[in-house]
This record gives sequence, C-alpha cells and structure tokens, in this order.
Amino acid sequence: MDEVLEVMSDTQFHHVQTAHCESGVISNIFRHYGLQISEPMAFGIGAGIFFGHLPFVKVNGVPGTTYRVVPGAIFKRVAKRLGVKIASQSFSSPEKGMQALDRVLEQGRPVGLLSSVYYLPYFPPAYRFHFNAHNLVAYGKDGDNYLISDPIMEQVTEIDPKSLAEARFAKGFPAPKGKMYYPVEMPKTISLEQPIRDGIKQACSDMLNIPLPMFGVKGIRFLAKRLKHYPEKVGDRKAVLYLGNIIRMQEEIGTGGAGFRFMYAAFLQEAAGILKRDELSALSAELTSIGDTWRNFAFNAGRVCKSRTANNISYAELSEMLMQCAAEEEVLFRKLSKVKL
Amino acid sequence: MKKDDVPQDGNNMHDGQFRQLFYATDNTGQYVQVNSVGWEPENVAMQQAWEEINARVEKARAQVVAGEISPVAYYMEKNIMDLPLLASYVGKFQWQVKRHMKTSVFNRLSDKMLRRYAAAFKITVQELKNIK
Repeated sequence: MDEVLEVMSDTQFHHVQTAHCESGVISNIFRHYGLQISEPMAFGIGAGIFFGHLPFVKVNGVPGTTYRVVPGAIFKRVAKRLGVKIASQSFSSPEKGMQALDRVLEQGRPVGLLSSVYYLPYFPPAYRFHFNAHNLVAYGKDGDNYLISDPIMEQVTEIDPKSLAEARFAKGFPAPKGKMYYPVEMPKTISLEQPIRDGIKQACSDMLNIPLPMFGVKGIRFLAKRLKHYPEKVGDRKAVLYLGNIIRMQEEIGTGGAGFRFMYAAFLQEAAGILKRDELSALSAELTSIGDTWRNFAFNAGRVCKSRTANNISYAELSEMLMQCAAEEEVLFRKLSKVKL
Repeated sequence: MKKDDVPQDGNNMHDGQFRQLFYATDNTGQYVQVNSVGWEPENVAMQQAWEEINARVEKARAQVVAGEISPVAYYMEKNIMDLPLLASYVGKFQWQVKRHMKTSVFNRLSDKMLRRYAAAFKITVQELKNIK
C-alpha cells in the first residue's frame, strides 16, 4: 500500500491556467500524454465558437444565451479529429464512481471529471451556481483528499472526497453522473492541418447554416429583436435580470473575453501560421475587432443594468449593437468559409 | 482587445481567490494571455443576480414565518434550486414537492421524507423544521 501511495504522489501534472474549462482540460490533459496543443487550438479544432439564444430554456427564470457549443462537444470533436482514443465512463452510484476514479489514479493516470461548480469548495462563493458542466482534472491523492487541476484556477488545489462526490453526482440537467474520461491511446504522429480545416468548416456551418432562428448569426438577430421589447414584455426588473444574464454568459470566467470571440481569433492566428495562410491572420484581426464590438455592447448593457432605468431607447440601442455584431459576424464567417485551406 | 485595455475592476465577487484569464493582443497584434481581477459590467450583472436571489430568500423566509409556506420552499430558494432540481434531489415528482411546500402537508411528512429534504439542503432535520 505504501508503495502505491508513493507512486500516486509521484504523478506529476503540469497545470496551466486557461480561460475555459473544457478546452483547458483538453490542453492540459493531452499535454500530460505527450500531445502539445494550446487552448485556442483545442477550441478551434473543436469548433467551440457558436451563438444560441433559447428563450424557452430558462435557468432560474431567465432565458438562456450561449456563446459556445453544447458542453462535451469540443472534447469529443478534438479527440476524434486528432485520433486520440478516449475512455469515458458514467456511473449509477457515487460509491462506484469514486472507486473507479481511485483505480485510475492508482495507475498514475490524470483523469478529466465532469462536475457541478455548486459543490466545489475552492470556488469563490459568488460563482457557485448549479452549473453542472464544469470540467476539471484529478491527478492524484494526498491521503483522502484529491489533487485537482482546475483549468480556470491559477494554481492546483485539493478537494475532500465528500465534496468531490457531491460535485460529480449533482442532480439536475445535465446530470454529470460521475462522468470521467482520459486518453488511452495517443496517435503516433500528429498533424494539425486537417483537424484545423475540419474545425473551421464546422464552425462556419454552425454559425451560418443551421435552419433555426435561435442559432448562429441568426440567433444573434433573434436575441436582438427580443431584447428590444424586454421592458414592455417582462417589466423593468426582469428586463435588467435578462440583460445581466447575457452579460454574464458573455464575460464571466471561462470565455476569455467577448464570449469566446477573442479565443477564436487567437486560434485563427495560430492556424494562419500552421497552414501558412495570411488570410487567416487578417480574419483573426477582424474577429478581434468584432470582439471589441461585443465588449462595447456588454459595457453599455452594464450601464443600463446599473442605472436600472429601463427607458426603451436604451434597449433599442442595445438591440442595434447586437444587430451590428450579427452583421459583422456574418461577413466574417462567410469570408472564412471561402478561404481555400 | 489590447493587452493594456484588459480591465482590472476588482470587487469582492472573486474573493481575491483568483484572477480570470483573457485573450488580448500585444503591440504587434499577437495574442497573449492576460489575467484580470474583473470587469465592471460583469460585476454589476453578478451583483444583481445575487440581489435577486437574496430577495427571493428573504421573501420566502417571511412567508414561512407568517405560516404561509413550509420551510421546503425557503430552503429551495436558499440553495438556489428550482422545483425540477429539488424534485430530482429528493426523488419525488414536482407536484409532490410543491405539495410539501404547504405547511399543512409539511407538518405531516414522515421522518424519512424530512431526512431526504435535510440531506438535499445539507442541514439537519432540526434546522429544516425551525428556520433561523
């Protein structure tokens, strides 16, 4: 037993802070298994950039807005496109899930875990909502406690087994069900070219071609039209909460700023170097400026929230700004889809 | 966003526990990572979200004290849960949990059911019955 413990504590994990949990776990855990990939690169290959506004999916009574694809998709796509074989398991009970985790850690394998931030004691209290799709890495044990590399934290941390079990087996939607995942087979050679092309193609398609009004560039316009009428539709108090939620989804910890737009621009810049396509550098710069437009929207939305004065002009102006974001993103993704890669 | 424009609007929301990461461009247009202690618009939105939660908790507390609703409703708000989430934690249908929010029904709940609610809220049965 002593020997096992020693082996476990010997597991070295190179923790690097990232902006977003999912692309961050990919970057950190793949590096451990010998595959160097930056966070923006993981985000781009996984076609993480997106937009969706779902007025009927309410979280605490507020309509949902997202700037990224559905949780888990980035990981799945990156693994598939790079040819990494992943073992992934969910569990029917916390006991089984924790035992299985211990067994994998005993083999010296760092493992990705899905969890609810509500039960993570190391999170600042203000950020502990029932958000069930947070990703982190467990890389060993210290006594009963688990050694955790949470990609959005600056440093590694520890967590007690009870809290970790609660976080992994939180109820609600989506229920994490103790999901854990780790690479079991890495490809012998890695070439990023084709995965980058595939990722860009998918992102363009997601932003431009989904035939529903809630998604992609259409989704931004959809939100813009609805936002304009918030004060008269739901009243001043709720309108402010709705607006606040959009700001938080766009700027809260995890997006890297401007709802992942800057992260995707960083990806395009890196991709330009790898594929030797200057057009991508130019588009990266363009997206950076679109990100600034988004930030300007959030800045003004924040002012409306703060003053709480719901005069309809301010909401109309914010709606206009969103229309501007939509127009600029449509141009950008149309150009991107036409770049010969 | 330029590296030097990354906002550093600190407040108590981060609790001084961490600085989030931003992607921003340096003088040559290259993307770099920059840490930030926060940004005013996000701080405002976050604060208002908590004010709303606190207001709901206070309202529920007053209603429990007045005997209008059971402590289940109060603790649900206090734990930032909604009906579907609480129902899944205690393994009941939503309409059953809703019934349990009536004082008359709550007062007749079995010890087993009370323990389930207490576990979901991470409190003792005693605390569940007598809210502070």
